This record gives sequence, structure tokens and C-alpha cells, in this order.
Amino acid sequence: MSYQVTLSQSRNEAGSDRGSGSYGGISLQIENVSKVFTGRAGTVEALRPVNLTIEAGEFVCLLGPSGCGKSTLLSIIAGLEPATTGSVMADGRNVQGPGTDRVLLFQEAALFPWLDVQHNVEFGLRQLGTPAAERRASARRFLELVHLKGFERSYVHQLSGGMRQRVAIARALAINPAVLLMDEPFGALDALTRDRLHTELETIWSSTRKTVVFVTHNVREAVALGDRVLVFSPRPGRIVREFRIDLPRPRSLEDHSLVDESAEILTVLREAIGEHEGEDENG
Amino acid sequence: MAKAVDFSQRVSRASFAPWLRRILFFAALLMLWQVIAMSGIWPDYLFPGPFAVLSAIITGFSNGLYLQAVGVSLSRLAIGYSISLVVGLVLGLLIGRNRILEETVGSLILGLQALPSVCWLPLAILWFGLSERAIIFVVIMGALFSITLGVDAGVKNTNPIYLKAARNMGARNVALYSQVILPAALPAIINGLKQGWTFAWRSLMAGELIFFTLSLGNLLQTGRDLNDASQVMAVMVVIIIIGVAIDVLIFGPIERNVRDRWGLSR
Repeated sequence: MSYQVTLSQSRNEAGSDRGSGSYGGISLQIENVSKVFTGRAGTVEALRPVNLTIEAGEFVCLLGPSGCGKSTLLSIIAGLEPATTGSVMADGRNVQGPGTDRVLLFQEAALFPWLDVQHNVEFGLRQLGTPAAERRASARRFLELVHLKGFERSYVHQLSGGMRQRVAIARALAINPAVLLMDEPFGALDALTRDRLHTELETIWSSTRKTVVFVTHNVREAVALGDRVLVFSPRPGRIVREFRIDLPRPRSLEDHSLVDESAEILTVLREAIGEHEGEDENG
Repeated sequence: MAKAVDFSQRVSRASFAPWLRRILFFAALLMLWQVIAMSGIWPDYLFPGPFAVLSAIITGFSNGLYLQAVGVSLSRLAIGYSISLVVGLVLGLLIGRNRILEETVGSLILGLQALPSVCWLPLAILWFGLSERAIIFVVIMGALFSITLGVDAGVKNTNPIYLKAARNMGARNVALYSQVILPAALPAIINGLKQGWTFAWRSLMAGELIFFTLSLGNLLQTGRDLNDASQVMAVMVVIIIIGVAIDVLIFGPIERNVRDRWGLSR
């Protein structure tokens, strides 16, 4: 309940800053996006042309083995990397570069070690030119939201992996993005911490209705979080199957239907990997 | 209560022991020095004892000569080092962020870094005469390349994920440099600054040896001219003390601060 109150407050403030009326997520259209890396060793096809439409406020999980190009797709959506072909539209507008409407979260959290927790969370607001007092209050509020009150003065190396991800989430939420792009953010955490962060993320998502694109190689994680799960084949990546997860929220990892759904998706994923290895042997 | 007392005693003893050993070592060294000086192997004016050197230091400071010399040398160091700092930061950032500059200017600086800065002295005298400008030029040449290469290394070794995260959160241009690239490179930059200061200090002393105006290096030279070994040794001690003081009082706290923040242990 307290989440709701704090969040709606902050959204109103950030919304008035921006002058636009939309607080929730925005839609994403990925049209024909592919990526070929050119390096010294020649060219590597990372991503086959991908077509994908994500609705405003939707929670989509990209599931696939390591190195299947799903992280590359996320970087392209964030505007941090150019696509070789195709285009990304965010809320109907063509993505030309990074923007604070789409924030990428990394597995390594990517917090700045030279800043304390408070100033890490303030970083994005400082770039926007938010006044210091407002920045401070906003950072406090989001740190409270991710249960890190009292750690404002800590430095990154003093935090556990789970706490670092919480700070990264607070830092991203502080600039009120419409889209959260999460690149295996909980991949390096122990199962217990991961479960707790799933719950927290789900709570935040359901109260803010931001669009979330969540990359993972963990089937259960994808099923526990996503409205939709898109299964990627190994490199060069392409979407092989799409699953709509209609289980009620909040979801429990012990839930039978969740376990069944996971098993089915895992089979598809195994097939995709197996096919790929077969191709390799033939080629 | 008893436990707490016991613990604090153990801590203080542990940190006290190395200092005790150090003090004993230096006391023994001073005694050995005194014994050799008194043995009469070399005449007093070539090998004075520690007391003669100490009295030379006291005389030198009480008549104001040493203080003035320290002032002159330190102000030269400050001017030369400040210029190196500003130029080195800019050059290092440019080289670190631009591949063409890296391939051209970067390799030039690597080459120049191999040249001991005192080698610039003859050229500096030809260009500027026996002037302040000549000696400051040599100090700059001593510090500049180390600082530049330190900044360059720091910028290059910065985890690219910090830049991605910063750009994603809207950091651009000047803010990107001042709030991300420079602070991320700080540990390496401090190494470069430290090395630069050492080189600057050495080249300053070498340069001052051949200058006629009062300075620390010049005092060494006049001590030699006057056959006054106790003055030479006294000035050497002063030079050592200044060097150690700058290391401990200026670079020590900066380095400790960065290590604590980043959690770099050692």
C-alpha cells in the first residue's frame, strides 16, 4: 500500500517536470532488426532479423542460451548500439540513440564506484538538471522503495550483489523511464535473493505499469515474471516460439501450472539448442 | 570490559612494534655514522658526523637561508607541476578517447617519456637562457608525460559499462567527462600524478644544481664550492624530508580516500 502512495507522488512530480501526461509504459515496435558484428576475425551474425511488437505496460521476457543475441537486441532498443538493419520505434517514434525513456539495467549493476548510493541514484536526475533538494528527496524515496533506507552513504563495494541490483533499480526508476530494459539483472544472485527481487520487481511493475523487457536464460524466471516469453535460438539469434503466460499474479515458483509451463518452454528451448548443434555438425 | 581492554592493548602493541623496530634501526644507523665520523678515517669537512649536519640544518634555518631556498624550489615545483597537471589531463583525455591522436601523439609521448627530463636542460638553457623559464620548462617535461600517460591509461581501462550506463541516463559531453570518465579513471590518474611529481622533483633538483639563484639545488652546489660537506648533507636531508612530506601529506590521503571509496584493498 505504501508503495502506491510513494510512487504516485513521484510520478506526479516527474510528470510535471516532463510536461507530458503519460506515466506508465510505452509501446515498442521492433521491425526487421538484425545485427552483424564486423571485427578482425571477420563478421559474426549475432541477430537474424527480428520482428516484435511490445504493448505499453507489458512485461516481456526474452529467453535463450548465452550469446544468442538477446542482450544485443536490448542494447539496440536502448539506443546504445546501432542495428545493422531495421528500426526500433518507441511510442511510435524512431529510436536514434539512448534516451531516458528507456533505461537499461545490467547484470553487473554498473553502479559508479566513485559515488555513494545516494549519489548513484541521483545521477540521472542530475543530468536532467533537477534541483539538488528535489534530487535528494527523490533518491531517498526510491531507496526506501527498494528497502535500502539507511544505506545512502554506503559505497558500492560495501553492498551485496542483491543490494547493488536494488540500487540499480532505484537509479533507473528515479528518472521515471517508460521502459525498463533488464539484461539478466539477477543472473549472478543466489536463488533466495533472486526470488525476493522477483517479488519486488513485480510489485513495482504492477504499480507503475512500465513496459519491461527482461532478458534471461532461466526458464522459471521468465515464466514467473513475463506476460509473454519469447524463446530465442542460439547465435545467430531469432525468435523460435512465443508463449503467452496467463497465470495469475503474484506468481509462486511452486505453483503447479507454472512448473508445467516451464517444462514445456524448456523442451522448446532444448530443441532450439539441439537443432543448432545439429546444424553445426552438418556444416 | 576486561576483554575490551585486552583487545585494545593487543592492537596498540601490534601497530607500535614496527615503529619501535624502525626507530631502533635509525638510532643504530646514526650511532654508526657518528662512530665512523669520529674514527678519523676521513677529515671532518669530507665526512661530518650527524651532530655537525644537524647544527648545519639549525643554522641554515635560523638565518633564513634554507627557508628562502625551500620557498624558491617549492614555488618552481608548484608552477611547473600545475602546468603539467592541466596540460596532462587534457592531453591524456584526448589521447585516451581518440584513436587517431592515440596513434600519433600517443606514440610521441611514449617516446619522450623514455628521455630523462634532465636531458632537456641544455636545450632549455639555449632557448630560455639561465632563467626561471628554463628550469620550469624542465620541471614540466619531467611531470607532463607521466601525468598524460596515467590519464590515458585510466581512460582506456575504464569499464565500458559505466559509459553505457551514464549515456543511457542522459550524460552528455562535458558532464560525461567530468562526472564519469575522469572519476572512473581516478585510481590510474593518481598513479600518474604521483609518478609525475617524483620526476618533477628530481629534474628540479638536477636543474637547480647549475643555477646561480638561491634554491635547494643551488645550496648543494655552494656547499661543494665551499668544501662544506655538512651543508651538502644538511640540504640532502631537507630534500628528503620535503619529498617524504609531500608523499605522506598530499598523495597519501588522496590515495587512501580513493581506495576506501572504491574498496580497493591493500
